[in-house]
Amino acid sequence: MRRRDFLLSLFSSIILAPINALAALWNKPAFEATQLADATKHLTIDAEIISLDIKIIAPERAESGAVVPVEVISNIANTEAIAILVEKNPTPLIANFMFSNGAEPYVVTRIKMAETSEIKVIVKAGNQYFTQVKSVVVLENGCG
Amino acid sequence: MKMRALLKDDFVEVKVLMSHPMETGRRKNNFAQLIPAHFIQLLTATLSGKTVLEAQWGTGISKNPYLTFRLKGAKIGDVVEVTWHDNLGKSTVQSVIVTQAL
Repeated sequence: MRRRDFLLSLFSSIILAPINALAALWNKPAFEATQLADATKHLTIDAEIISLDIKIIAPERAESGAVVPVEVISNIANTEAIAILVEKNPTPLIANFMFSNGAEPYVVTRIKMAETSEIKVIVKAGNQYFTQVKSVVVLENGCG
Repeated sequence: MKMRALLKDDFVEVKVLMSHPMETGRRKNNFAQLIPAHFIQLLTATLSGKTVLEAQWGTGISKNPYLTFRLKGAKIGDVVEVTWHDNLGKSTVQSVIVTQAL
């Protein structure tokens, strides 16, 4: 191999490596799953315990599904992650938040909802998973 | 990206507003052509260089994403940095200094 080619290949591997690493981090099968059960399977969640220690604050009715504010608070000890799913969306998995180094198990964001559905939250604490749901009536499809 | 990190009682509340189309890939333009998916996939937040939040997002986060999170053990003057990466390889980094809530 000529030196120029070698250097070029070295450079491209350095530049491309972080992008590939990031792509590997994103849970593609879970986010592209069209059924809620498939999404949770790809998050390696097999059994969930219903818990009143998870609070979901969202409107009862949303005029537009394009912007539905959601606040999630987990009062479960050692909460490591909070996943937000919408059962009737074309791809139910919305987001998965992982907390560390003093971040509280709390998140507020805005999500899209295709139609009236339950918002399902799954909390990971150690090897256990806990869940809670909140129904939102959606008047206008927000998934385009 | 607009950011604010305020010290309240015993935690710091960080609010982030990002500018991003968050296209699902299912929407059509005026010529009935599909608009390609364009959305943030990964978001990380650090406090003084230590990772505090790692998020993976799908297309279900609303356009111009909004996020609030809370940090324990942060103090005035600490730096909170947020980075996002989207599915087209674009990324943005921004940081903010923790200040006292009024």
